[in-house]
Amino acid sequence: MQISGAQMVVEALIAEGVDTVFGYPGGAIMNVYDEIYKQDKFHHILNRHEQASVHAAEGYAKASGKVGVAMITSGPGFTNAVTGMADAYMDSIPLVVISGQVPMSLIGTDAFQEIDAVGISRSCTKHNYLVTDAKDLPRILKEAFYIASSGRPGPVHVDIPKDVTAQIEEFNYDIELDLETYKPHTKGNPRQIKKAMEAISKAKRPLFYLGGGVINANASEVVREFVHKTGIPAVETFMARGVLSFDDDLLVGMLGMHGSYASNMAMSETDLVIGLGARFDDRVTGKLSEFAKNAEVIHVDIDPASISKLVNANYPIVGDVKSVVEDMLEHSSKVNPNRYEPWRETIKNFNELHPLTFHEDSERLKPQWVIKRVGELLGDDANISTDVGQHQMWTAQFYPFSRPRQFMSSGGLGTMGYGFPAALGVKAASPDKVSINFTGDGSILMNIQELMTAVEKKLPVINIILNNNFLGMVRQWQTLFYDKRHSETDLSVQPDFVKLAQAFGGIGYRVHTKEEFDAALKDAVERNVVAFIEVIVERMENVMPMVPAGGSLFNMMLLEKKEK
Amino acid sequence: MEIKERRVISVIVINEASVLSRVTDLFSGRGYNITSLTVAPIPESKYSRLTIVTSGSVRVMEQITKQLHKLIPVLRVYEHADLVEKEMALVKFPITENITDINTLCEAYNGKIVNVGENVIIAMVADEPKRVDNYLKAIKRYNPKEIVRSGAVALER
Repeated sequence: MQISGAQMVVEALIAEGVDTVFGYPGGAIMNVYDEIYKQDKFHHILNRHEQASVHAAEGYAKASGKVGVAMITSGPGFTNAVTGMADAYMDSIPLVVISGQVPMSLIGTDAFQEIDAVGISRSCTKHNYLVTDAKDLPRILKEAFYIASSGRPGPVHVDIPKDVTAQIEEFNYDIELDLETYKPHTKGNPRQIKKAMEAISKAKRPLFYLGGGVINANASEVVREFVHKTGIPAVETFMARGVLSFDDDLLVGMLGMHGSYASNMAMSETDLVIGLGARFDDRVTGKLSEFAKNAEVIHVDIDPASISKLVNANYPIVGDVKSVVEDMLEHSSKVNPNRYEPWRETIKNFNELHPLTFHEDSERLKPQWVIKRVGELLGDDANISTDVGQHQMWTAQFYPFSRPRQFMSSGGLGTMGYGFPAALGVKAASPDKVSINFTGDGSILMNIQELMTAVEKKLPVINIILNNNFLGMVRQWQTLFYDKRHSETDLSVQPDFVKLAQAFGGIGYRVHTKEEFDAALKDAVERNVVAFIEVIVERMENVMPMVPAGGSLFNMMLLEKKEK
Repeated sequence: MEIKERRVISVIVINEASVLSRVTDLFSGRGYNITSLTVAPIPESKYSRLTIVTSGSVRVMEQITKQLHKLIPVLRVYEHADLVEKEMALVKFPITENITDINTLCEAYNGKIVNVGENVIIAMVADEPKRVDNYLKAIKRYNPKEIVRSGAVALER
């Protein structure tokens, strides 16, 4: 059929099974918005800032496992969206971001709202396209969805000049893709897998090191099976929270800068790291030369560039985690779980020596208590997003995650302002679960305008603002490493968060006590509306334990023990 | 300290808009060096061949190769070990210099005088990059006015 480029965009989205698009219209993308107006196959959620549109698409993608779609205009619309794309790139989130561009005839003339969008997005996307002819549009959009979701997932940006969206051409989406230069490797090398399994059966202190790739590959179930068949303990990265359930005996905990003592010690003592979909990030490894110093490394990853990038892999296996672990399971009869009993015992002792905990010794509520409490009250019924900072680390430490895709947070880029819009996307993808966003008094203001989106689109996200009147994580570093010079981190001057929520048509609570918090959360969940629960928490609480930047995992600052 | 070695990489890419920027952005974004870069279409195909001279440790070279591979329009990456490598240089001399001497020198480096005008002599050589270095040292005393090097191209033996 002969249709316009704008219609092609809409038809392609429908053909891809997209049910929700996040975006913000503007001059260069108007032709497409006109077609969105005329259709009823997918919803469009109007965020109040383009950055939020991309984060919302990320939240949607992470919660649903589908490709998230964001649509924006040229110039400032596009540049506002860059942070979101960079965030998705770092955390391997599959997105297709469609932006308008000035007409072809004006490109290069410094036209109104013109910017070299593909030039900017090149370094923060998996791939990008400038569409110069509507004839190419069906193929490019199909490639974009395929590239975003295959291999190591990531954001793909498609920039479409306004005259291309007006151009009328033949549309046929039923095409075979022929990407001869892009063929992701999914099946692991059988010989390497066999060798890796032999190494596992011979190891004394093996340790699973699970990363976000397990979730991306939808491999959590098979990984759980593998872990239990082998009886080998596992640590999770921040991005892998929920791969194993919090109450799993073989889950040691989260490792890294704010990982548990037992997890970091286990990683320091292990003789065989079994890395699945993890990338040895500096926040995980600490000082590289001391990381898992006495261990051999099995590294399974879909991205060959992640293997031996930072830590040399003795058994590199390029492939999809799910497929590789399925193959490994076939050899798992060689592994005797009893063999690792002394090792499991050692790790148990680590945990008993310095368990992950906090002290309730202040007049004000402890932020960790709040997170734990939400876990007790909602547990599996909630999807959890966070912003960035102390509350983010406490959430990763103390929330009882029980399933993959329950936790969305900006891990790689560390984007303040991610949480609230992401939670909107999560709620859109998963309306039956309560959508909680743990945030701080600093982060929440970075995408505060999303209150309007949430209220308008009836996306009842509950934002729990852990208010310590500080930019807490920076304050913590200043306290610990800058001799308590709290430069520009004191946020004593603040809006009235309760009134702020109300001004947008949401509800707000300010709570000081446990009883007040329980009542507020119960009320917010029951009323099922957009809510702010501002919790006044201890100001000087630090995230502990902590590996100082560049330090060794076994050299942790620990929570001081209290005399009872 | 890891040892930095000079390496030559060939990259076969789809000949499409902005593919060169993808490659060079990767080098600058990840802090890798480019000593020289040449690019031209491969005859009768939709591909182009880039020859990049770079330097780095074994680990860095492995990363460069892998990261290049990750770029969607990249078909193949060769890190050459045993190769034939050539580079061209053009040099402009004043007409007052000894043309016979210059010609003899060029011939020793696989070149010749390619243009003689009213004011200048232009000579070319095509040889291994190291030998081109030597040639450029040797011609110094003939007061070269302008020198241009092409960057290396290479083929595996």
